[in-house]
Amino acid sequence: MHLQPVPDHAPVEGPAKHSIAELERYATVLRINCVRMLAVAKSGHLDSSLSSADVVAALYYRVLRHDPKNPSWPERDRFVLSKGHAAPIQYAALAEHGYFPHRDLMGLRKIGSHLQGHPDMNRTPGIEVSTGSLGQGLSMSVGICLALRLDGLSDTSHVFTLMSDGDIQEGESWEGAAAATHFDIPNITAIVDYNHLQTDGTTEEVMDTGDVRAKFEAFGWDSVEIDGHDMEAIVDALERSRTLDRPAAIICQTRKGRGVSLMEGRFGFHGKPPTPEQAAEALEELEARYREQSDELGSSTPPPQPAPDIEPSPDGSTDG
Amino acid sequence: MAESKSEPTATRAAYGAALVELGEKYDNVVALDADLAVSTQSMKFGKAYPDRFFNCGAAEAGMMSMACGLAATGKVPYASTFAIFATGRSYDQIRLGIAHNELKVRIGASHGGVSLGEDGASHQMIEDIALMRAMPKMQVVVPADYNQAYRAVMDSYEDERLAGPMYLRFGRPATPAVYDAVPDTLGDGVDVLREGRDISIFACGHMVWRALEAAETLKREDGIEAEVVNVAVIKPLAGEPVLESLAKTGVAVTAEEHRVVGGLADAIREVAAEEHPVPIFAHGMGDEFGVSGTGEACMEHFGLTASGIADTAREALLKKPIVSHAPLHGS
Repeated sequence: MHLQPVPDHAPVEGPAKHSIAELERYATVLRINCVRMLAVAKSGHLDSSLSSADVVAALYYRVLRHDPKNPSWPERDRFVLSKGHAAPIQYAALAEHGYFPHRDLMGLRKIGSHLQGHPDMNRTPGIEVSTGSLGQGLSMSVGICLALRLDGLSDTSHVFTLMSDGDIQEGESWEGAAAATHFDIPNITAIVDYNHLQTDGTTEEVMDTGDVRAKFEAFGWDSVEIDGHDMEAIVDALERSRTLDRPAAIICQTRKGRGVSLMEGRFGFHGKPPTPEQAAEALEELEARYREQSDELGSSTPPPQPAPDIEPSPDGSTDG
Repeated sequence: MAESKSEPTATRAAYGAALVELGEKYDNVVALDADLAVSTQSMKFGKAYPDRFFNCGAAEAGMMSMACGLAATGKVPYASTFAIFATGRSYDQIRLGIAHNELKVRIGASHGGVSLGEDGASHQMIEDIALMRAMPKMQVVVPADYNQAYRAVMDSYEDERLAGPMYLRFGRPATPAVYDAVPDTLGDGVDVLREGRDISIFACGHMVWRALEAAETLKREDGIEAEVVNVAVIKPLAGEPVLESLAKTGVAVTAEEHRVVGGLADAIREVAAEEHPVPIFAHGMGDEFGVSGTGEACMEHFGLTASGIADTAREALLKKPIVSHAPLHGS
């Protein structure tokens, strides 16, 4: 890791000023949701969602200007999940904010559900563009920024794109990186969830992506590298990025499966849903963490309870 | 504003000219190109509306994804480059970002087919219609001349029936006018240009004027009355006029500057096979790549000529059932 402190920046007006400790607890809530969704779906990318949980919590609970009651508010900030396989973490954040009923989460990846395996802009409220084929999100985000500029919204609406190390391996990401500087885009932030594990092994073994921070810098971006599980650093880097007048990259060193000990930083869970036993163990750990965080916050709020119909049943159906 | 052309003019020229008109009429029209803006003629739009023109450099994949982002944010993007790069190079970006999202993005693909000429096989796209036709939700339009191309570009914005994603194929060389003037509408995209009772010739793009010439040859040399049908909208294909022509003639030839697989030939055969099966001979590119040469020499090399179409028509006529089918359709 080559972590660098985030430089000082001007204060930023945010919509909701959740404290760092509160954001950390929200991240746990999102993680709990993901484990439950995947346990029921018996399909999907849990560990890739967990590594992004802290960034996504910071975005949805503090940084993004968005309105769940009016998802197409023209002046909103945009969030583009270039690493579309982490859809569960975004679905969890959207449901927690009321974009759709919480119980929809249990339909993930099932016929008839709007929650597709990868984000679908025409089915799910709050999804800006459909993603899932790696490498496309950054260029899509540049296109959004160009449209915002034509609408006079460059100073108002910021576009945050969450990328994976797989995204970084795709050549198209660098087409987007070049375009962002070429077109002088001031309102884009690329966040890289650099968790170092992919389907066939570590990124170092499969296709070393090296110093991603330096690569973005070479493309003319402001580029910082932080611990992607340090909530204070995340918030600081995200808020600073919107004060800049050029494209900003935030390389987040993360651990795949973060928060669930049985899979954290361990190879072999990419695209593999947890078994019922693993899900139970994961939930136990996360709910304990949630109680701990609540105690520290001086709140007696119990962990979010699953709706009656969403307990994972042994066969993965939601009927029980 | 549309200025019709009576002299030979390239269909790509209509793309550039009509884009300028669209830009003037509609604020939300934007154009993108990938370092071929002079060739595709999108540069005309770029000169007129520099704020709404984005040259993406030689980065076609990124361009298509940027078009997706622009369309998702309320713009109507026209993204252009050569057909080879506008399909093969960026298929996945078009598929997920544009077609799957059903966004109003227009892909202006110029230099389709072998008439691109000297650059040779690496640049001669002969399977783009097949690729785009197979893609869910994608409309495929191949105008026959400048005048129809102009209308196609205007309708791609203005005709609400065509609101979904669209692939427009244009060509490099100047080709003769098939339409006297810019038509008022694309209609259903299937136009009978010449009536005849003996055989139907369905053609698209650069093969339409050649098909008309082939029909004259057949009449002069063999006394055959060929019906020439211009199929500009290959997807969604209007089945009715195709079946009407087949019911009348009972045998057909398709003519396209494209592989005989997946393009116009298969589109016509799909309709016919279910509703009115008659012999349909495909005239186009076989299992082969293009070669270098002048555009016209390349067309001749692959038999993509009026005499080539006429020869295939003669072959097809040998297979025409002696007792013509009673009209199965529309009677």
